[in-house]
Amino acid sequence: MAIFEARDLSKSYGSVPALTHVNFSIEPGKIVGLLGPNGSGKSTLIKIANGLLTWQGGELLIDGKNPGPDTKGIVSYLPERTYLPDWMTAKQTLDFFSDFYPDFRRDRAEEMLRYLNIPLTQRIRQMSKGTREKVQLILVMSRAAKLYLLDEPIGGVDPAARDYILNTIIGNYDPQATVVISTHLIADVEQILDEVIFISQGQIVLQKSVDEIREEQGKSVDQLFREVFRC
Amino acid sequence: MEWRFHSDAPIYAQLVEEITLRIVTGVYPPGDRLPAVRELAVEAGVNPNTMQRALSELERENLVFSQRTSGRFVTEDREMIEEAKKTIADQRIRTFLKAMDQLGYSREEILRLIVEEEKEEA
Repeated sequence: MAIFEARDLSKSYGSVPALTHVNFSIEPGKIVGLLGPNGSGKSTLIKIANGLLTWQGGELLIDGKNPGPDTKGIVSYLPERTYLPDWMTAKQTLDFFSDFYPDFRRDRAEEMLRYLNIPLTQRIRQMSKGTREKVQLILVMSRAAKLYLLDEPIGGVDPAARDYILNTIIGNYDPQATVVISTHLIADVEQILDEVIFISQGQIVLQKSVDEIREEQGKSVDQLFREVFRC
Repeated sequence: MEWRFHSDAPIYAQLVEEITLRIVTGVYPPGDRLPAVRELAVEAGVNPNTMQRALSELERENLVFSQRTSGRFVTEDREMIEEAKKTIADQRIRTFLKAMDQLGYSREEILRLIVEEEKEEA
């Protein structure tokens, strides 16, 4: 059964359509890229999946259920912007996640923080942007969730931090779990993806495996994206 | 050793190529245990399912074999490894010849150039 599925999902902000009859189905055990230019509807889709926005038509199903309290227990969400209060120390963020999520593996998060030499006493405020993003990702990936929704996890960090973040994703997701990564930095994530979904102006234009695209078209997903979305 | 990927071939096929190269050059010696799928995937920076697919392909080609509980191993059949090496050599020669054809050299001229180059190196 699909772990994440949209059936004719539609959403508009007032009279401005954001998602129009969106259909897709994602199986467990995949790393999927949700790829589209700015304003294509990626974040809207992920916010609906996390119960942060409502929708008007169709359905969005997570493990067969509409977004709600039940699905929040199995979805681990990395928002575009960090929401951790900046007065918290690294240790307090661990306490925070332990309190909220029964599936949080604190030992794993502590191990990753140690590996990065981030002291538990350091406050979010004292961290660089890159470190903050790493801490947030460590928290999110340390949950034993069924579905990880990562909204722009590599935006605005340097290439070394990017490598660390991508390795953390590959090294930590449960093979039964699914990871959805929304981004427009395709060349950087292409190698770690099973499949891609191209979204443009609120509509799905393609869902395919990365190696199928390379096999059939003889070009990378990055090249195909540049052609599909040529300005 | 670094894992590099080019854009015009499937990633799993490039992984098969790279691991084969590592086997024929002895980076992964005959009979040795290969790292776990996840470990290899992280090292190469690729999706674990893609790495799994590459390893299955290598198993199909009998260059690696798996033992149910203890993991995946490089074949001990040195003849087969030698054969894989020859296949890679043939491919490289074909690529080279194609490039030389493009430059307009005949086979005799190519051989002469190789001998000259040899002398210069020595």
